[in-house]
Amino acid sequence: MIKYVARRVALLIGISFVISIGSFYLIHLLPGDPAVFILGTNDSPANRAILFKQLGLDRSIVTQYLIWIGHVLHGNLGISFISHNSVVSTIKAALPIDLEMIFLSQIVAFASAVPLAMRSARKPDGWLDRVLGAGSFTLLSVPPFIIIVLLVLFVSIKLGVANTGPASFVPLSQNFLVNLESLVLPSFTLSVGSFVVYYRVLRSDLIATLQEEFITMARSKGISARRIMWRHAFRPSSVALLGTAGVNIGGLLASGFVVQYLLAIPGLGYTLISAIDTSDYLLVQGIVLVVSVGVVFINFVFDFIINIVDPRISRE
Amino acid sequence: MTDLLAVEPLEAKTPLGPLFWACVAWLSLNVLAAILANLLPLQDPLFQNYSALNAGPSLHHLLGTDDLGRDIFSRIVFGSRISILVGIGAMFIGFGIGAPLGMLTAYRRGKFDHIVTTMMYVLLAFPAIIAVIAVLSFWTPRSILKIIIVIGAASIPLVYRVVRAASLSVATRDFVTAAKVQGASSLRILLREILPNITPIMVSFLLIGIASVVTLEGALAFLGLSVNPPTPSWGNMINESRTVLAQNPWLVLFPSLALCLFLLSLNFIGDRLRTYFDVSEVKL
Repeated sequence: MIKYVARRVALLIGISFVISIGSFYLIHLLPGDPAVFILGTNDSPANRAILFKQLGLDRSIVTQYLIWIGHVLHGNLGISFISHNSVVSTIKAALPIDLEMIFLSQIVAFASAVPLAMRSARKPDGWLDRVLGAGSFTLLSVPPFIIIVLLVLFVSIKLGVANTGPASFVPLSQNFLVNLESLVLPSFTLSVGSFVVYYRVLRSDLIATLQEEFITMARSKGISARRIMWRHAFRPSSVALLGTAGVNIGGLLASGFVVQYLLAIPGLGYTLISAIDTSDYLLVQGIVLVVSVGVVFINFVFDFIINIVDPRISRE
Repeated sequence: MTDLLAVEPLEAKTPLGPLFWACVAWLSLNVLAAILANLLPLQDPLFQNYSALNAGPSLHHLLGTDDLGRDIFSRIVFGSRISILVGIGAMFIGFGIGAPLGMLTAYRRGKFDHIVTTMMYVLLAFPAIIAVIAVLSFWTPRSILKIIIVIGAASIPLVYRVVRAASLSVATRDFVTAAKVQGASSLRILLREILPNITPIMVSFLLIGIASVVTLEGALAFLGLSVNPPTPSWGNMINESRTVLAQNPWLVLFPSLALCLFLLSLNFIGDRLRTYFDVSEVKL
């Protein structure tokens, strides 16, 4: 187990290193002098001097990376020359909104996917299984940006439900209830994609598990079907589910971008797209770095959880 | 999406069914219309008819017009070109590089396989969509070719993983050993023994891959990171509709429907083919 975790941590550090190189190199994709792009309309000798000190743009590319990664490791992602805010503080303000959206969506997704998958698995090819199978397959083909636009059209505009339309977001610290209302549509949108994947993965794993001999054994002992599902079948079937959930988080952030963009919710996605529109390249670079490392870290955490659920994996 | 490939239980070989052929017909119609868009009696997708702004469906404008008086039907047909082009182009790059590499490493094994596979897993851990957004936002000015290259490059590790796994199960089978014993060259074994056996799974993954790429391009277009207006694409039509949702719901409904039906057909055909071929050659 310790060896396994050590190997995983090494991999995590390795991947973060690759990500940092990728994020660092982004500004060199800009055609021509990156300083011109980063400074935008604020291109003055004084600002140029600050930027050169920050990024070492006059040095060799390896030195530039070392200077940049040094700042990053000290928690300094630079100061935006467009908004004059520090990139770190902008990200700190936006990130909790994404986390709240993802948290809410995952509660909905798991709370619906797990019981429904159990119901379906109990009677494969029964009417519920067929309906959910066809329904979830269809939903696979409906991208989140369509779901959210349609929800806004029908719920906020046609039905006129308050606090759900564009630009109705209220921060959590300001008003808890209104904040929840304003996150209903976005979280629901994110939960749809997760539900489909979780349901399908768990259902087929449960069906496979229910063929096992220890389930027959439990049945013959007269244990109730409900108890067999939750106590005997769920745990061995949940490994693939957890793996999928870990991978799914990256996709959730991306769907979150789309949803935030439409509803003007000031999370990371909205901030990122606005930064791209205003050519705030340091902010884009910072968000890309933080989000990528975050996703990889979440995958790592899920790997760890999977190991607790099924210790056989680390022994292989 | 690859995780979904492995989860369905295998079914007995059943006929492909009428729904399958309906999907094939719909896809063919889409592709044909996209290719022949210039020759079809369609209105100019950029022409602005100021006497019919936000008009609903009518005989003159089959699916109505948008907020600038442009014909929605014509814009959907022309918009499909972007989705189809990006979908096929990106998968061309992804399969062009990922597939031969996956076959080769699965056949050769050893150190080369170990290094390439580790590298690909590191790349897979990198959230592809964020990488795509990041690169497209810096690599300006954006063009359809750049979008194809970026999405295609991002798909290489996924294709590699699927093709390698499929090839691996073929490469250890008796007929491959037999071919080796007969003195067949590696190239011949790869092309004549392994390739035909992994073709079914590659085809079904290709279709599902195109669907994923089209979805991604749609999301990028929705965020304003794909082709620039006024060139129509399904994603940017839906994006443009968001400011006039209340006045003109048709503007979001029709492009959404076109996109969803296109994706549904691709996914359905891919999924059906996978169960049809039973993936037995691979799963053995």
